Amino acid sequence: MFILIVGSGRVGSAVAKRALDAGHEVSVLDSDPLSHERLDKDQMTTWEDAGGRFTVSTALEIDGLIEAGIEQADVFVAATSGDNTNLVIAQIAQRRFKVKRVVVRVADPARASWYAEQGLLTICPTQVAIDEASRVVLA
Amino acid sequence: MYVIIAGAGKVGWNLARELIAKEREVTLVESDHARYRVVEEELEHAVQYGDATELWVLERAGIQRADLVIAVTGDDEDNILICQMAKEKYGVQRIVARVNNPRNLQHFRLLDVQPAVSATDLILRLIEHEVPEYGLVQLLALEEEHLEIIELEVGQGSTAAGRRVQDVALPDGSLIISVLRGGAGFVPKADSVIQPGDQVLLILDPGLEAQITPQFAPNGANPVG
Repeated sequence: MFILIVGSGRVGSAVAKRALDAGHEVSVLDSDPLSHERLDKDQMTTWEDAGGRFTVSTALEIDGLIEAGIEQADVFVAATSGDNTNLVIAQIAQRRFKVKRVVVRVADPARASWYAEQGLLTICPTQVAIDEASRVVLA
Repeated sequence: MYVIIAGAGKVGWNLARELIAKEREVTLVESDHARYRVVEEELEHAVQYGDATELWVLERAGIQRADLVIAVTGDDEDNILICQMAKEKYGVQRIVARVNNPRNLQHFRLLDVQPAVSATDLILRLIEHEVPEYGLVQLLALEEEHLEIIELEVGQGSTAAGRRVQDVALPDGSLIISVLRGGAGFVPKADSVIQPGDQVLLILDPGLEAQITPQFAPNGANPVG
């Protein structure tokens, strides 16, 4: 599979590394060139030598998304630090580029649940933390 | 009419002022606390503090009964989301979104956030209006209706100059709707004569410009632009 991950933060970079290890083709896009370091950290080789791709661009720039390979992507992961950016680019991936599997990170549980109802595959770390904390606290 | 405005920057604040002066009910929502405090001194209860991309903030502002939502924050993503949720989640009938970066206009269109207003685009159109070398000025594009209105200057010695409106060979799907001459405009009849130097307004199906401009170009030449 070809996986495009937008946002090379803690979540994006970790998912990227795992996907590459699992033998997938992985491309990462981030506006901050320094975020590339997260992809090299604790690895034997650089991200590129390991077969990964990295593109510097803002998430909303269509040229950047195309350069990163959105037209070939089987999976698109929106994992920037901005909920609204993630929700907009996920919908661009889905509606404009017809990417089959689109995953969106949304920190706000309310927006995550409404957009999930609209057909986006949302992941809400806050909700996971709430559920987990409640489970432990109320155990 | 109840209006919610997201973003109390220069645009949002002034819009709120104007609408309040016209006795509309307005709530302005601002996420920056320092800015909120400044605006609140003047607008008092008409401004609320909060992030308008959060559902509870929109609900606290009364989005369920809003007739119009205007998203004019400095973030295009925020403006898109606010309008999308207003329309699709809360059934708000009318929205207006500000486009900060004209390159993002395509995203507003893709997600059906319309009308989307870009100040940069508006200024560009005004510049085109002031620069006659362009020959053709697009005044209005009705995208939903597949119509546009353009303005053309009638060149010296052009095919159309000196002809009656009915004799100007225009393609089907286009019509001269107005003539501007000497600072005044009129709606021409079939036998009105078009003069060099006139500005004519045409309504047309998009894509017909190339067939129309040669009629108005000076000495039959195609104008620049």
